Amino acid sequence: MCHQTVSLVSRHLESQGITTIVVGSARDIVEECGVARMLFVDFPLGNPCGKPGDRDMQQSIVSLALDVAATAITPRTTVQAPVQWGSDDWRAAFMRVDDSNIDALRVAGDKRRAAQAASSGKG
Amino acid sequence: MAARADRQVSHRSFVSYIDKSREYYSASGFDQPYCWAAFDEVPFSPHTKPLAECNVAVVTTTFLHHHDSAHGAPATGKQVYAHPVADVPDRMFTSDLSWDKQATHTDDTESFLPLKALQQLADNGTIGSLNHRFFGVPTEYSQRKTGLDADQIATWCAQDGVDIALLVPL
Repeated sequence: MCHQTVSLVSRHLESQGITTIVVGSARDIVEECGVARMLFVDFPLGNPCGKPGDRDMQQSIVSLALDVAATAITPRTTVQAPVQWGSDDWRAAFMRVDDSNIDALRVAGDKRRAAQAASSGKG
Repeated sequence: MAARADRQVSHRSFVSYIDKSREYYSASGFDQPYCWAAFDEVPFSPHTKPLAECNVAVVTTTFLHHHDSAHGAPATGKQVYAHPVADVPDRMFTSDLSWDKQATHTDDTESFLPLKALQQLADNGTIGSLNHRFFGVPTEYSQRKTGLDADQIATWCAQDGVDIALLVPL
């Protein structure tokens, strides 16, 4: 949801004459919304500006973002940062749904709906 | 001879969060999938000013810690905000946002709020300046509410003479 929020802000700023670039890891959400420029960092959600503690990587990602901001000639410009997380396990693990957790997800969802109903009933 | 591929893939490798979240919430019993914003037309402001003369601001979806949020208090009443870059805490409030808490952490603010990196680029003359304040926007399901927040951030950017906004979602 963070990616949609900043994409909408980006679109508005751009319409006001401010150059924008979204630095993000949820490429599909940003591209479906449609922004002027995106630097796609193919990392787990949480560290789009580089791995925690890796100052060199962070500096290179921010520098590249500014280069893309300054040089893009058309909207919907997406550049993928040349960085790797190191493992791909997170891709399948995030929001995983399979036989091992589907019952637990259903129970958790029922609880959440009950809590929402109780909350809205309080008026 | 062509270089050998690093990997062989049978599916697109980058994650579709629209697909993942739909399947996850469907499995959790939520019948109506969230409908994401999608626009055909995209506003574009061609950039003409040299980077070395540009004032750059950051927009984040993270928040400053409030009262007991460091101890697990829920996020309530989040409002769009502006905050001085000279007064950035060591940690930001991120626990209520949907990021990958199994794979990584947000203890290093520079990994999502790159103010020191930008200050370094200002110091070495790559950019003109880091704007004196950064902006925070609440993550909203309501696209209408985000539109109001976007108005506020645009007003602040105009007041500060921001040339480039670097928007970093978590």
